[in-house]
Amino acid sequence: MTATAYERAERRKAWAFALPALLWTGFFFLVPFAYMAAISFWTRQGREIVATWTLDNYVAFFEKAHLFKGLVVSLEITAAVTVISILLAYPLAWIIAERVPKKWQRFALIMAILPFWTSYVVRSYSWLLVLSKGGVVNQALLWLGVIAEPLELSANRIGTIIGFVHFFVMLLTLTIYANLIQLSPNYRRAAADLGANAFQTFWFVVLPLTLPGIMVGAFLTFVLCIGDYITPQILGGNNELVLPQVIMLQLGRRADFPMAAALSLVLMVVVTLAYIACARWLKMERT
Amino acid sequence: MRHLTTALAALYAGLIYLFIFLPVVVLVLFSFQDGTLPVPPLNGLTLRWYEAIFSDGKLMAALGNSLIVAIVSSAVACVLGFLAAYAFARYTLPASGLLRGLIVAPMTVSTLIIGLGLLSVLNLTGLRLSLVTVGIGHVVINLPLCFAIIYASMGGHQVNIERAARDLGAKDWQVMLLITAPMLLPSILAAFFLSVTFSWDEFIVAFLLSRFDVTLPVEIWSMLRSGLDPRTNAIGSVVFLVSVAFLVVMELTVFRKKAS
Repeated sequence: MTATAYERAERRKAWAFALPALLWTGFFFLVPFAYMAAISFWTRQGREIVATWTLDNYVAFFEKAHLFKGLVVSLEITAAVTVISILLAYPLAWIIAERVPKKWQRFALIMAILPFWTSYVVRSYSWLLVLSKGGVVNQALLWLGVIAEPLELSANRIGTIIGFVHFFVMLLTLTIYANLIQLSPNYRRAAADLGANAFQTFWFVVLPLTLPGIMVGAFLTFVLCIGDYITPQILGGNNELVLPQVIMLQLGRRADFPMAAALSLVLMVVVTLAYIACARWLKMERT
Repeated sequence: MRHLTTALAALYAGLIYLFIFLPVVVLVLFSFQDGTLPVPPLNGLTLRWYEAIFSDGKLMAALGNSLIVAIVSSAVACVLGFLAAYAFARYTLPASGLLRGLIVAPMTVSTLIIGLGLLSVLNLTGLRLSLVTVGIGHVVINLPLCFAIIYASMGGHQVNIERAARDLGAKDWQVMLLITAPMLLPSILAAFFLSVTFSWDEFIVAFLLSRFDVTLPVEIWSMLRSGLDPRTNAIGSVVFLVSVAFLVVMELTVFRKKAS
């Protein structure tokens, strides 16, 4: 079937509008991504990348302890951060949704977001002021006589986890709150009519109904946490590196692009697996 | 019993808010520290660290660079996003689902991967790293967001008004510029300001794709190498103040307009 001249002109116009964005994404995202995927299967000699196809980088990832451990540490920290953040955020979201008067709820949420309007790098740095050996927490505890020696709160896993939890408590409070205020009070009335006590109502009715909010927040936490370089680099010290730190290390000292590319793709596969695991809840949120 | 749970709720919320506010309060408080270490005890109050950062040429240059990159890259992302949204909302393109997927794809990939990919391709072409390359990276990050926000607000109700304009003899560019864009202004502005804040705060891409001219987060990053430094507190507090002012302006203008 041949299109009329008018239809062809219209189609040409449509392409002209869509093409700049498509070309930009194609040139500066798709092509680099494909090239990076390719060099993850190449090797390097000195500082040069050599295009010989090999699985060496991926084999090295599973065989060399210092590379594989990056993923293990990342997963452990991310899991801890996700669980702690959910446990801390849920009660806060519930208090804001149930106990704070309606007209103050928006204000309560804005106040929860406010401290995150510093620069990301500065935020991690300011935790250093709080957690380091001479920092606020240690000084306060020493002064109160609770401890005799400063606690090791930064330059280790504890520092990284506290820095992450800080941000994700806020994020999860938002997603869980958004879910909680959508619940009709009728659910709770029905549960009470049927003889459920407060705990049973929460555990069997409210909690399952807010699972989408929890899972959306948990997914975002997982993705943003496992891909982050700044917080662990500033607060985590150099003893236990997470995967993004290992990737940056390949670039900096060793200029090993193929290895860095391979590790990045490993990171992407992990995130994709997390997406598949959470997809059920993420879809529910959208409808 | 009721009073007890209310008191417990208030206590819990108070503790979490304390946790959320603690670092920023400490940051701002010790930016006035009269001494070289921004940790307790507070020796006295001084403004000399603010003087120090405002007379620091490198830092102020980085601040200017950040503003330029944020504004230009957000403007480019908004224009590209608007044109693409117009194309997908007003015309039928083949494989439109797939193409829309391509435009939003960078949103699903971590910025580390976007930066690494761009860096390896730039190495290949021999193009020098500069603020332009940082800007290119930031457009890649922000374009999906701008496209998604503007596309979502392009409803069918504007089509009739556009048709009326065409009937009255408006050309395509006139319809787009004088009819469609003003109608969508709230969402275009929202997309623009959101992009500006993301670009302003973005570190990884800016770090990987810049060399001599750097943006503010990268400059602050290099300041961290000297450890705890009240100058870092001061610049951090300035950024915080500017961002909060920005947030208040946005709340009062863009989002208020959108709500009404």
